[in-house]
Amino acid sequence: MITKRIIPCLDVKDGRVVKGINFKGLGDVASPVELAEYYTKAGADELVFYDITASSEGRKLFTDILTETASRVFIPLTVGGGIGSIEDFDRVLKCGADKVSVNSGAIRNPKIIGEAAKLYGDQCVVISADIALIDGVYRVFSKGGRENTGMEAIDWIKRCVADGAGEVVVNSIDTDGVKKGFDLPLLKEVCRAVSVPVIASGGAGCIQDFIDLFEEIPQVDAGLAASIFHFGEVAISDLKKAMADAGIPARLL
Amino acid sequence: MLAIIDYGVGNLFSLQSSLKYIGQEAVVTSDPETIRRADRIILPGVGAYEDAARKLRETGMAELVTEAAKAGKPLMGICLGMQLLLERSFEYGEHKGLGLIKGTVVPIKGAVPSELKIPHIGWNGLKFMGAKSPLFKYIKEGDCVYFVHSFYGADCRANTIAVTEYGCELTAAVAEGNVFGCQFHPEKSGEVGMNILRAFCEL
Repeated sequence: MITKRIIPCLDVKDGRVVKGINFKGLGDVASPVELAEYYTKAGADELVFYDITASSEGRKLFTDILTETASRVFIPLTVGGGIGSIEDFDRVLKCGADKVSVNSGAIRNPKIIGEAAKLYGDQCVVISADIALIDGVYRVFSKGGRENTGMEAIDWIKRCVADGAGEVVVNSIDTDGVKKGFDLPLLKEVCRAVSVPVIASGGAGCIQDFIDLFEEIPQVDAGLAASIFHFGEVAISDLKKAMADAGIPARLL
Repeated sequence: MLAIIDYGVGNLFSLQSSLKYIGQEAVVTSDPETIRRADRIILPGVGAYEDAARKLRETGMAELVTEAAKAGKPLMGICLGMQLLLERSFEYGEHKGLGLIKGTVVPIKGAVPSELKIPHIGWNGLKFMGAKSPLFKYIKEGDCVYFVHSFYGADCRANTIAVTEYGCELTAAVAEGNVFGCQFHPEKSGEVGMNILRAFCEL
């Protein structure tokens, strides 16, 4: 049976890993390459590298960090942040990324999803959406969660998947950094709307939050988190074992 | 020396890096002389079958790969590269493969329950078939490897060395003498994947 994936997210700025609390208040944590190696040995199923400042400042990813990671870490690698053109896809794929996640870039230019899917395959294109509940409606935010686009989130995700996005990362702005669990109501809506893999992001504070996620919404394929892994609040090996004990399919090393 | 066949399909960075990591000298090449000199060969591939099969023929790589296989050199196809080893594919039409291993490529859709997602993406366990293949010398049954595919090898039971459970048993790896194929990506399958590549390099 296919296992539920656990994905540490490495938010990268100036070649270092930072964590984000509600996408603000950044603090330096560790070297991305070392952290990537550490997580791979601990049992991470995949890694996400986000250049979190790229959308607002146009900062390019540090491709040498990516290249170095990809030459030492042999699990799937997703890259996001500052992806706005086919050239950006090409640049990170050449450095060893397996999937490319688009967020603000797709909001600015929705055609990029279809174009990239045609060139590199659906499995390569990930739509990542920052979502908050505003007056009872889920809305898509751009620029690292700072700007309400006014777009209805579920419609946006459906459109991206129809265009060829092969995976969806759902970042809940409401639960991000709060550490009280994933945004289950939002994730349920997304899972009802699309049939491609859904990755839950934002809100995990402890092992039980992941168990609740996979037990409440079996359609969710993966759980993503950053700071709880970086600060050792949750060890991936303990998490995997707890998942297996709860009867959730997990890859154990 | 190991030759990774370059026929303009897919990204070979990870594959080359993983071989370097396990200490195997590997070159990405489309040079006939280099391929003839190589003592083992990997046929990679991602993307559409029709396009890949055409490129394989147009670049003359189809002939060289077949020649190497017939000469008894260890050959491994990965993902679409594995599917190309089979006789034909029904991925959007009907396309001829290399026919080094008996079997056809068919959609996962229709073969598995409709609530399962397609592509089959993620880490899934291996179930060995028949006698344990030398390719699996350093791994154990149940070990997980990374899959990304929407089509799979069918009618190849006699040559299937491992399957994976996804609503039904999907072909995970095939072998016929010195020719091997993995539907999954060993270069993306962590330690287990490295151990499969290591075993291949020792054949």
